[in-house]
Amino acid sequence: MTTRWFGARVQRLEDDRLLRGHGRYTDDINENGERALESVFVRSPFAHARIASIDVSAARSMPGVVAVYSAADLPFGDQHLPILIPHPNLTHGRTQRTLAKDVVRYAGEAVAFVVAESRALAEDAAESVQVEYEPLPVVITPELAAAAEHLVHDDVPGNVAAEMIQEAGDVDAALKSAPHRKRLHFRFERSAASPMEGRAVWARWSAAERKLTVYDSTQSPTSIRGGLAVLFGLPESHVEVIAPDVGGGFGPKIMLFYPDELLVPYAAMQLGRPVKWTEDRQEHFTAVNQERGQVHEVEVGFDAEGRLLALSDDFIHDGGAYTPYGIILPIITAGQLPGPYRLPNYRVRFRDLYTNATPTSPYRGAGRPHACFVMERTLDAIAAELGIDRAEVRRRNFIQPDQFPYDVGVAWQDGNTVVYDSGNYPQLLEKALNLLGPRPEGDHIGMGLGVYVEGTGVGPYEGAHVQVLVSGKVVAATGIPSQGQSHATVWAQIVADELGVDVADVEVFSGDTRRFPWGVGTFASRGAVTAGNAMGVAARMVADKARRIAADHLEADAADLELADGQVRVKGAPTRGMPLAAVSVLANPVRYAFGGGTEAATQFTAKARPGPPLVDGEQPGLEATGYFSPPGSTWASGCHAAYVRVDPKTFRLEILKYVVIHDCGRVINPMVIEGQIEGGVAQGIGGAFYERLAYDEEGQLRNASFMEFLMPYATEIPSIEIDHIETPSPLNPLGIKGAGEAGVIPVGAVLGSAIEEALGVPITEMPLSPLKLFELAGRK
Amino acid sequence: MIVNGVEHPAPSDVRRLLSDHLRHDLGLTGTHVGCEHGVCGCCTVFFDGAPVRSCLMLAIQAEGHQVTTIEGLAADGAPLHPVQQAFHETHGLQCGFCTPGFVMSVVGLLKEHPDPTPGQIDEGISGNLCRCTGYASIRRAVARAAELSR
Repeated sequence: MTTRWFGARVQRLEDDRLLRGHGRYTDDINENGERALESVFVRSPFAHARIASIDVSAARSMPGVVAVYSAADLPFGDQHLPILIPHPNLTHGRTQRTLAKDVVRYAGEAVAFVVAESRALAEDAAESVQVEYEPLPVVITPELAAAAEHLVHDDVPGNVAAEMIQEAGDVDAALKSAPHRKRLHFRFERSAASPMEGRAVWARWSAAERKLTVYDSTQSPTSIRGGLAVLFGLPESHVEVIAPDVGGGFGPKIMLFYPDELLVPYAAMQLGRPVKWTEDRQEHFTAVNQERGQVHEVEVGFDAEGRLLALSDDFIHDGGAYTPYGIILPIITAGQLPGPYRLPNYRVRFRDLYTNATPTSPYRGAGRPHACFVMERTLDAIAAELGIDRAEVRRRNFIQPDQFPYDVGVAWQDGNTVVYDSGNYPQLLEKALNLLGPRPEGDHIGMGLGVYVEGTGVGPYEGAHVQVLVSGKVVAATGIPSQGQSHATVWAQIVADELGVDVADVEVFSGDTRRFPWGVGTFASRGAVTAGNAMGVAARMVADKARRIAADHLEADAADLELADGQVRVKGAPTRGMPLAAVSVLANPVRYAFGGGTEAATQFTAKARPGPPLVDGEQPGLEATGYFSPPGSTWASGCHAAYVRVDPKTFRLEILKYVVIHDCGRVINPMVIEGQIEGGVAQGIGGAFYERLAYDEEGQLRNASFMEFLMPYATEIPSIEIDHIETPSPLNPLGIKGAGEAGVIPVGAVLGSAIEEALGVPITEMPLSPLKLFELAGRK
Repeated sequence: MIVNGVEHPAPSDVRRLLSDHLRHDLGLTGTHVGCEHGVCGCCTVFFDGAPVRSCLMLAIQAEGHQVTTIEGLAADGAPLHPVQQAFHETHGLQCGFCTPGFVMSVVGLLKEHPDPTPGQIDEGISGNLCRCTGYASIRRAVARAAELSR
């Protein structure tokens, strides 16, 4: 029996080159040794201002400067960038121009673009671009946006980009008759993903081939390719977009387009030389999309046992200066808010509001950490009011394992309604409580608990190409890129199982439109479900083809053949078989043998069957392209629990124990999943207690550096304990659900709950900090 | 300066950072640049045998000194250095961007503390940021590297 790779702790196939310093990130690209021109942006220092004039003449005449562009210099300078995900409720969607023309609406908005022989020369020249600004009033918080004393866009009344109201059941009636009612207020501030690699783009135009080649640290090279082909009027086949190694993404690397993604290729085409742009860290803080700012007003009705009867939530979402990503974030929040609980009557209204801050788009968790915080803190409030244990309140409200599929009755981000496919929430909770164990001795210790669901694996689709080479080695490609999620290993595991080969014999290529041109992108914990299943589909097609070809030569029925140990062989008679490599040779009838055993497929060798060399309807080569388009989202879930201690004088947070029970259906590689969870929890802890984007009232980000935006080091992050349950998804052949964002989702809820108990002060906002706790404790 | 045992001429641009010189003049792109203000540790290299942040030095300051980068730890085709091997075995890297800096820091840490306590491990890697792993697997990597180095 051959090894089964799916489910095994396979060590990563991508590690060796990354560990030796041979990774290739966008800023490392140096194709053909051609030294690229380098570029920098002139960005608005004001959060809201009218542009009176832009004068680039001094910059243009500086030594080493090759080109300086403002909006007036671009043939597409008047066009607004696309709204990526239009929605009927997005009645006042607005996007920026590639370079601002009349008005800037956030500090960091691109105004001019300088290309020079070196980065240093470009930076020097950028300082000589003269822009006259007339400052306008700034709207920086969602509350100020709602008050609408000033407008971000003159033609958007009330700063409201979108409003949406959904109701399942009859909330007013249920609230009216509820024995207990409670009103609660919750506030989440914006935050930033901050991958270790900033963004970068490198482009070359080959006039001879009319071909544009772009390296981009993006999460969606296929979409970038589509957009560039449209903008420049090129067939897609003449645009190659490659996401090489990408140093972390976590969401914001899938905003398309950032201005650089158009201007770097455009300049390369105009100037006939490769052009690159590499962001610096300060720039990243204001030029790259952010997320999380929301303010919620909840009214909840419940009975004397703590059972939820109705919940009404009215929230505002800080959309930032523009809405390129549509209203996906508040839709996710609204859809995920009920979480793993039966909520017979649910109404949610949101308004997506413009502010003079960097636009928002998904950051790991994408609307879910806030939804989870609101629901979990609400359940804690019910428990406190009724004097019931927090775990018990959750037990009494869980959707039960026999209630799936479970329709929540509100909209989901894929156009369907929220329907949970499978899960076992009571088991998650009991396992988490067992793993957490008894409360440690001591004062100022609190226990926190958070249960969540996560809609993962959204469509529309992904594809894969799998080929067995004449050497017997396998190459596999998909369109979506990796930002560290171990695609090269987990796809290989799936393919190796289908083809009966060693996982080390499968080489995976991803995120390169030259290798696979179709697909959507890496986001929303969807890679494993969509591309993983596409890999399975394509590999199975290859396996079927191998059986058909081998059947002729083995004089056996294809149905009696199995692929194992690198062979295609008769089940139960392992000596009757042939190497997969030989099948690959036979899959391509040739006139000219080119080595590698291909003489076996030339025309004067013995024929296995009558008829033309290539069977009618069959394509040459032992390869196939397959796609997977999920019928709906798969719903992962989990429970986190923790003990923390808060120092009552310094308000230093000590996480004594943190446990995670996680259910993402069938697990491809437990080592990889644990890494995703550990990293997610750490990002959650950072977002809950250390990282805060400190905008002042003028809309200036006052802490745009790693010196002051405090991403945690190892000294702040505890080791966590993880266990799994597996409720396979019925919605895909592999039974898997996504896992990428899971770790981060409930951390704010867990720490909020634990700190509230430890200090005895209500926690209704995120992020916290020692200073914030000092203030809250003083208010008590 | 001598980089990974090979002598190189002085950089021509006096404004060049050591990190940019290694990456863009010498083609040693394994040294990564995450913040350019000395916080993230991605650009950590050895300078006369001790870990330093190459983004906080001008290249010209390295004249006459020995620099070792991630590419200098294990020759191409040779087995991984024990610290690299340990990161592989414990899944101590995901996107790989911070990894060269961590590996260099850990090599330095193990020189000072061949058998580090958990506290020394946290202290030893607390000058490097990682956004993917949550550090747990990196702690395991340090412990494993100490084992492999014995």
